[in-house]
Amino acid sequence: MSDTESTDLPDSRLAEVVRRESGLIVAALTRDLRNFDLAEEAVAEAVAKALVGWRSTGVPDRPGAWLTTVARRYAVDRLRSPVSTRVVLTGDPDAAPEPSWSEPTSAIRGDDRVAMLFGCCHPSLAVEARLALTLRAVLGVTTAQIAAAFLQPEPTIAQRIVRAKRKIVANGIALAVPDSDLAARLHDVLTVVLLAYNARFLEPADPAPGPHPRADRLTEDAIWLAGLIATELPHEPEAMGLLALLMLHESRAAARFAPHGRLILLADQDRGRWDHPTIARAERLLERAALYRRPGRFQLMAAIAACHASAPSTEETDWLQVLTLYDLLLTHDPSPVVRLNHAIALAEVLGPEAGLSELDSLGDSLAAYHLFHAARADLLRRCGRLDDARIADQRALDLTTNAAERNLLTDRLTSAL
Amino acid sequence: MKYVLMYTSRPDLEAAVPPERQAEVYQQIFAWFERHGASFVDAGAELQGVETATTVKAPAEGGDPVVVDGPFTEAKEMIGGFSVIDVPDLDAALAMAREWPPLIFPGVAVEVRPIVDHGAM
Repeated sequence: MSDTESTDLPDSRLAEVVRRESGLIVAALTRDLRNFDLAEEAVAEAVAKALVGWRSTGVPDRPGAWLTTVARRYAVDRLRSPVSTRVVLTGDPDAAPEPSWSEPTSAIRGDDRVAMLFGCCHPSLAVEARLALTLRAVLGVTTAQIAAAFLQPEPTIAQRIVRAKRKIVANGIALAVPDSDLAARLHDVLTVVLLAYNARFLEPADPAPGPHPRADRLTEDAIWLAGLIATELPHEPEAMGLLALLMLHESRAAARFAPHGRLILLADQDRGRWDHPTIARAERLLERAALYRRPGRFQLMAAIAACHASAPSTEETDWLQVLTLYDLLLTHDPSPVVRLNHAIALAEVLGPEAGLSELDSLGDSLAAYHLFHAARADLLRRCGRLDDARIADQRALDLTTNAAERNLLTDRLTSAL
Repeated sequence: MKYVLMYTSRPDLEAAVPPERQAEVYQQIFAWFERHGASFVDAGAELQGVETATTVKAPAEGGDPVVVDGPFTEAKEMIGGFSVIDVPDLDAALAMAREWPPLIFPGVAVEVRPIVDHGAM
């Protein structure tokens, strides 16, 4: 951290520092105190103090060190206070155990934030708990912001985070990169990072000032986290795959929305507005990952995104390659959503009828998924079945909650009249 | 870390397993206990069938405890036994549970729960 930026607004500077440092500090404190709950609370307290203090004093030269010192002091005070002694003795589950300053039994490999991430994404936690805890403890997103991003009531999210932390503490789940089963555990971690990214994926990249500006930065946080994982685990091709995938998504961010938050589909985007240097970097990263000859879900998703990113237009897209990649992806992830995308690629290679017949076999599992009906409407239209297409579009609209997607579908329905 | 492993099954589904298959898995269970011998604080017990259970219950509306003929819950799953283990962490406990031989039968589950460590106070 240099002091050259200390003239920045404290709030934006703090947001950056929290993102870069809070997971690191929580992980370090947890290791020292052996108390995840207290470490997390102490860092939250330090951030709150910084918000107030830095407005008047400016951002300190080494904000990370400042936060660490304040958090550590808070944690030690909490442990010494009569209240915490009392709860320890009464065996209250919220109580902090006696502090232990001994060295950890096993050295944590690499960056503590990555270690923390593996703990937060432990398979014994439900996926939504992994996601909420990761955002809170690794990225320093507040409970209110998480609730806003996932359209959930704040107490629900708060409860989910508390429960997950208790489970980690009660079960002695290690906040560490695992020695065994790394591939499966890494897959869980990468999935959570992708979920964090997707949470705001459909919002305009440059929205009108909304009520939850911090939530809009989830994509930025997720890409940063993907980069951190790829750096800390430099021989894991799937980590490179996720980073490449997010870079490719992000390279199109500027072209994805028209003024007023209108969503523009891939086929209609101005490809000149894509970020071509980023696309080239993502492709190089994927090539490096491929050298390991350990293909996986994230590399395949990125490879598909790269096919689209390198095509001059929809017509000139190498759909056969896309279809082949979806075939491979299905062997790793046979989920209905992947089969939906496979059907769309099939329609481009063999014609809309072929795609439609594959889509119709998915009707049972995807009946409530708006994009299934939107894709079906598109293929129906291309088969000349306009009335059926309109019904499918209406069904998609009824199921869509996202404003940008609703606009797009409404346009489609009105222009078809 | 100490954990309790609770071995559960669905008696209705278990009844469909041929006896010779059950005997085979029984042998595998002995081998499993031997293999993980060092991890047991208390190998615990295998319980008799749920039809032998008697439950002493506090009535929901309050009052004196009542004795009920049957298990504590009407759930289809029943606890068939338990053990107390001491292993480095949850991953180790889950790895051990994953190898529980009856898991090849439908409806079988092993619940892993950390125990309250009163020694820490």
